[in-house]
Amino acid sequence: MTGPIHHPGEDLLLEYAAGSMPEPLALLVATHLTLCPACRAEAARLETLGGAMLEEIGPEPVSESLLDRVLDCLDDAAELAPQAGARPATDAPFAVPMPLARYLGESFGGLGWRSMIGLKEVELLKGRPGFTTRLMRIAPGAVMPRHTHEGAEMTLVLAGGFTDRGNHFVRGDVAIAGPDDDHQPVADADGECICLAVTSAPLRLTGPIGRYLNPFIRI
Amino acid sequence: MTLSDAYDLQSLMAAIAVDRDRGAFASLFRVMAPRIKAYLRRLGATDEVAEDLVQDVMLTVWRRAVQFDPAKASASTWIFTIARNRRIDVLRRERRPEIDPEDPALVADAPPAADDALEAADMGERLHSAMQGLPEGQLSLLKLAYFEDLSHSQIAERMDLPLGTVKSRLRLATARLKSVLEHIA
Ligand SMILES: [Zn+2]
Ligand SMILES: [Zn+2]
Repeated sequence: MTGPIHHPGEDLLLEYAAGSMPEPLALLVATHLTLCPACRAEAARLETLGGAMLEEIGPEPVSESLLDRVLDCLDDAAELAPQAGARPATDAPFAVPMPLARYLGESFGGLGWRSMIGLKEVELLKGRPGFTTRLMRIAPGAVMPRHTHEGAEMTLVLAGGFTDRGNHFVRGDVAIAGPDDDHQPVADADGECICLAVTSAPLRLTGPIGRYLNPFIRI
Repeated sequence: MTLSDAYDLQSLMAAIAVDRDRGAFASLFRVMAPRIKAYLRRLGATDEVAEDLVQDVMLTVWRRAVQFDPAKASASTWIFTIARNRRIDVLRRERRPEIDPEDPALVADAPPAADDALEAADMGERLHSAMQGLPEGQLSLLKLAYFEDLSHSQIAERMDLPLGTVKSRLRLATARLKSVLEHIA
């Protein structure tokens, strides 16, 4: 069996398949699905259930003219090519999965990275109430300040790896930290670690340095 | 008898994709349009918006029919994903992140076992009866999960149930239905 060993979990796959998941989380899940055949198969099964649910739903009659209106449009309706794929940034130091590439544009270096101690980050999907979506480049061996979250934090590794609370995460793996998890991820020493992180509420830093940094840095 | 079998949706889709058969399209419309409309109405669309979206979804079915792969999904599953994505676009005004099957970064599936391909019709029949057999408490949560644009914690709030109960009931329901999709004979 190839693929990641840390997954988002079935509850989230169901929300993704049903389409009730907010876009920031759906972006992270779709990117994981690109890298994880097991979850991809699971999501396909949950979509099959969606199709079966649609068959079983109590139908609501449509206007009598609707079919004619649709038939009238068929001639104008050229076949659609598959959705044009985004052109992934060629300067990215890893293969960018297509769901993420659509949000990055063509220059990875030109994303407007903000530099902080031990990492650079850029915010994606700005202005989504309740969510912060960030791409992070963590320096080799960097130790993140200890912190907790008010909400959940999901982190998908895109390149390199990190260790958190005894687990090691590499490309494709998803780390989930709940509101009560006080943690301190450490990037692998042998290269930059690049992650997509979605948090559902602002973080509080708890370590001595963290308290000092709190107004300036969010991990 | 499931809807798919009763109307042979797979054959209708094949006739639309290969022969561009308008009669088949009209038949598919008569079966699926009222169901797509019901789906959109449950998601809060007004009658008018729901019918505009039904039109949109059915035209997308016509345009994308050549991409329909009966080996990968049943017709109703494929139509469900089109309707779901359109309503996310229009009703929620968000983009729907999706995998791209042609993505060079895609990590390939393990090759499927030889006996993995359960006949779609056979599978539909079993899925249908498994769904009929679900306890009402599980089926109603499943409907909320698929038809109401609610996260699991919102479902818990709406039903006044602990989140853990919602998750475990949904897991029981999906496990029972998925066992139909996973196990052959
Ligand atoms: Zn996975
Ligand atoms: Zn954290």
